Amino acid sequence: MSKIAVKVDDLTVAYNYKPVLWDIDLEIPEGVLMAIVGPNGAGKSTLIKSILGILKPIAGSVTIYGKPYNKQRQLVAYVPQKGSVDWDFPTTALDVVMMGTYGSLGWIKRPRQKEKKAALEALEKVGMLAFKGRQISQLSGGQQQRIFLARALVQNASIYFMDEPFQGVDATTEIAIINILKELRKAGKTVIVVHHDLQTVPEYFDWVTFLNVKKIATGPVKDIFNDDNLTKTYGINFKVSVQE
Amino acid sequence: MDISEYFSLVFSDYTLRTITLGTAILGAVTGMLGSFAVLRKQSLLGDAISHAALPGIAVAFLITGTKDTNTLLLGALVSGLIGTFWIRSIVKKTHLKSDTALGLILSLFFGFGMLLLTFIQKQPNANQAGLDKYLFGQAATLVESDVWLMAIVTGLCLFVLLLFWKEFKLLLFDADYTKTLGFNTRFIDILITSFIVLAIVLGLQTVGVVLMSAMLLAPAAAARQWTNSLATMVLLAAVFGAFSGVFGTAISASQTNLSTGPVIVLVASVFVLFSFVFSPSRGLLFKQLRFIKNRRDLELHKTLAFMHHIAETHENISHPHAIKLLNSFQGYTRKTLQKLVEMNYVELKGNMWSLTKVGFEAAANLYTKQSTEDE
Repeated sequence: MSKIAVKVDDLTVAYNYKPVLWDIDLEIPEGVLMAIVGPNGAGKSTLIKSILGILKPIAGSVTIYGKPYNKQRQLVAYVPQKGSVDWDFPTTALDVVMMGTYGSLGWIKRPRQKEKKAALEALEKVGMLAFKGRQISQLSGGQQQRIFLARALVQNASIYFMDEPFQGVDATTEIAIINILKELRKAGKTVIVVHHDLQTVPEYFDWVTFLNVKKIATGPVKDIFNDDNLTKTYGINFKVSVQE
Repeated sequence: MDISEYFSLVFSDYTLRTITLGTAILGAVTGMLGSFAVLRKQSLLGDAISHAALPGIAVAFLITGTKDTNTLLLGALVSGLIGTFWIRSIVKKTHLKSDTALGLILSLFFGFGMLLLTFIQKQPNANQAGLDKYLFGQAATLVESDVWLMAIVTGLCLFVLLLFWKEFKLLLFDADYTKTLGFNTRFIDILITSFIVLAIVLGLQTVGVVLMSAMLLAPAAAARQWTNSLATMVLLAAVFGAFSGVFGTAISASQTNLSTGPVIVLVASVFVLFSFVFSPSRGLLFKQLRFIKNRRDLELHKTLAFMHHIAETHENISHPHAIKLLNSFQGYTRKTLQKLVEMNYVELKGNMWSLTKVGFEAAANLYTKQSTEDE
């Protein structure tokens, strides 16, 4: 058994009175490409945001390689949902990707040549180098998603959290993104993705977590991605996973 | 005094120089900070803060009994900050959205402020007159020390802006992401908001409670039209703000009975209007022009494609056809045909047309060319 990259203990999160996550225990082994699946309102994004410290849980703890998150920030990168920002913000694609270097720079220090080079490399990796000077509102949805991915790549992290990176992108972009994710896994990184399309889970991922307020199951796709768990998670009878 | 006389006097006349400098600095600092408010979609925050400052002025007067500007503005600063943090906690702790919270605090504080002002006016004390100048501002009361205060705050603001530029930009664009990178977003947020409050309070004497938010928003809204870079936008907003101050003062000084604050705001609005119409990339005028041109081009292309379709069926591509044939094609006009002739794509003989070699090739490559241009 490999090392545990992310460990979540007894995590409970609520907006107002209603719990969104209830008593989640989760261990994510190093080097997996994991999908988090579940119906709308199951708390998938909330889980990621709580692990990253964006949301404050009512109870529970999160450790990254055995230490609290705020000691391990440099190891973690985040790709938020594309719709969470205003794309009419006055800035360019390169500038957004450069933001990925701000964390390692820390307060006040400005990005220099080295950071710019890293950002350009990341842009090239996602196939967006030609668009580096483009105002971000003039990018298509898929291109915006690639920019967000590049921004996370620049962080050069060990663990990547991605919130629906395939939402609203075309087939070409989806393939380009999944190839990058697979490359990350090959390089020994851990990638955790909030995912909606159940059909592609066995093809894209090797690890899966079923979530619906409570954790239903977590483990290797080949062992636990079955009708039983899908039914438990989505609450209706499922017969989709038979395709091998 | 007319405008040219104003500009000849502005460097020599002490009062004019003080007022002009004051309004220019005020315009610059509010324009700068206004860019942040606009980009954070907190445009109305400025309005709420300035109204929330009014009771502070009244209370400061009631406590100290003086009309010293700095004392009153200190009161304004305190109550402005209280209003701002109440807004924040309402949004955070209740189900209310920020527009509701802003409206609530704005009217509550303003109402309370007006109540206090009426109460003060009824007092048997000759000293009380003139507090109501903070409602609409009175630039004529600016003295050198006020301008110095504005300059110091602006300098401080500029310093902090340059120091935390990277952090400000990050927070404005993506607050959650900023948090994951390990930055204290609350600190950055409070820093920006405090400076916005400070700038507004400084402007109360000149522009007044009611119109102050326009100083924050108008230069920023105008600047956004001209650029796609945050740095340029902030700079432009400062320039627009400063010019609004100078021109506003000039116009109001050259006429009798035109109060400076409203004129400054009107000048700033002219900047906005001009920018909305004439900005090359986002302006209404060029957008419309581009729209018309694109439609014309497309019409032309479609007609050419239709001709190509017909010509294709013949051995000789320049085989003549009747113009009448084109009438069945929707979107064809005599003008488009004329244009195609001018471009040497088509030749006319009597009421027959034929494609030229250039025209045929252009038509054949039309679609591929279009799609590569889009890339």
